[in-house]
Amino acid sequence: MLIFYLIPFVDVVRRSFSRTMGGFSGLDNYGQVLSNSAFRLAAGNTLRFIAVCLPLLLALSLGISVLLYRLVWGSQLLKSAYLLPLAIPAASVVLLWKLVFHEQGLLNAFLSFLHLNGADWMNTHAAFGVLVFTYIWKNLGYDIILWTAGLASIPESIYEAARVDGAGEWTCFWRITLPNLRPAAFTIVVLSVLNSFKVFREAYLVAGSYPQESIYLLQHVFNNWFQDLSVDKMSAGSVLLALVILVFVLLLQRSWDREDLS
Amino acid sequence: MKQVISAIILTIFAFLTVAPLVFLLTGTLMGNQEIIHCISPALGQNDGYVSWHLLAQFPTLRNVIELLLDSPEFFQMFWNSVKISFGIVLGQIVFGMPAAWGLACYSFRGRKVLYLLCIVLMMMPFQVTMLSEYLVLDRLYLLDSLAAIILPGFFSTFSVFLMYRFFRSIPKSILEAARIDGAGEWQIFLGIGVPLGSSGIISAVILSFLECWSMIEQPLTFLKTKSLWPLSLFMPEIQAGNAGVSLCASFVALLPAVFIFLSGQDYLEQGIAASAVKE
Repeated sequence: MLIFYLIPFVDVVRRSFSRTMGGFSGLDNYGQVLSNSAFRLAAGNTLRFIAVCLPLLLALSLGISVLLYRLVWGSQLLKSAYLLPLAIPAASVVLLWKLVFHEQGLLNAFLSFLHLNGADWMNTHAAFGVLVFTYIWKNLGYDIILWTAGLASIPESIYEAARVDGAGEWTCFWRITLPNLRPAAFTIVVLSVLNSFKVFREAYLVAGSYPQESIYLLQHVFNNWFQDLSVDKMSAGSVLLALVILVFVLLLQRSWDREDLS
Repeated sequence: MKQVISAIILTIFAFLTVAPLVFLLTGTLMGNQEIIHCISPALGQNDGYVSWHLLAQFPTLRNVIELLLDSPEFFQMFWNSVKISFGIVLGQIVFGMPAAWGLACYSFRGRKVLYLLCIVLMMMPFQVTMLSEYLVLDRLYLLDSLAAIILPGFFSTFSVFLMYRFFRSIPKSILEAARIDGAGEWQIFLGIGVPLGSSGIISAVILSFLECWSMIEQPLTFLKTKSLWPLSLFMPEIQAGNAGVSLCASFVALLPAVFIFLSGQDYLEQGIAASAVKE
């Protein structure tokens, strides 16, 4: 047994930590990375992306799962519908996205039907919106499942007691549902942040290595560095990114531990 | 009344999420002329907007047949995807399952550290480990072969983590009872652990399969030969000549994933929920 799991682990560890490349340059690489304009643009975009997406996704998925949870009939079918995008490979939606978000595409056709002005979605700053939409589309179901798991852990008796005391739906939601979901919420936030790194796939397939600058993400930088073989910048960059992620993971870990205590 | 309103709202959103799939399905059944008529504005041949029919006006399977019988490249890519996904999932069962079992059921020094390491590695985006992985694969002369994608995939800590969570929920008393009855460690693992943790194993398999099927970064980085590329790197360009076939390809590419998704949805949900609820 020991051999079975130790070897893979050691191997993974070796894979992930063998990034040192002879020679010691101190913090030069880090300085270079941090002053690199592409890196800054990308880091800014990634942060902005997370800042915009996260509240939207959380609110939307929470709303849907609360409604879904109370629904007596058909909730299983609806849940499947929300989860489905999770299974759809990025490659399959690329063509469709191109048709929908083209300057003369389906979305603009719909907008002009409503007498609104469309935009050239892929080649202006609106590309950012497309990316946000894709992320939410893809992760909605995932977060709904997580919220539902959280909702299921709230005992029904609390609601009954509150209703006996004359609390309405809204009071119940604000005073019972939300506070009780707090521990779950933390986990969901962290998992959603980590999932947000996967949106690069769609961005890359739709727009290539050098997309419109509002969706130039950290992953693009890494990819392009990789292509130029700038090993020093890459290793410094990965260490930085790894540190940021590590902080998130430790936060997640702490929230789990706290749950265990309570 | 409240039920009806929320049902309507939910259905509208659900329709939005499923709509892309419906569009692809119709596109698959359309004949070439109908498609070109619909998308000509996007090809730059026409003013006005792209239009789409909810149902194909003249449904035909011609493009599907052309794709499946007359395009070897597509076939090649499809098989590459199948090899990669099944290879990785199989490897994860062989290596990951005992690992998860050991982590869940035996206490030894460093268990906590290993577990934390497992989570940290699970959360890292590929870009962090890309370089080190590349160097290792280069050393092993594996670059530019399917093994470069499959072998590292064996040791994905995500499935270990998921199975760990399920193995943990098996009551310790059962294991002890078995031990008293004289069962060996392997017997316990295969006779008790695997059957009782089966839902965890299945959900790990399903989630990893979906992940592998749409894998992009790894093949892009480690494979130079285009004939080795999986379907997930298929990047269709919209041109008048191939629009129909490209749409078909997009649709066929998602079929296996959707099939797996539908057949294992319950396990999938359990698997996702397992990461949020405490052990």
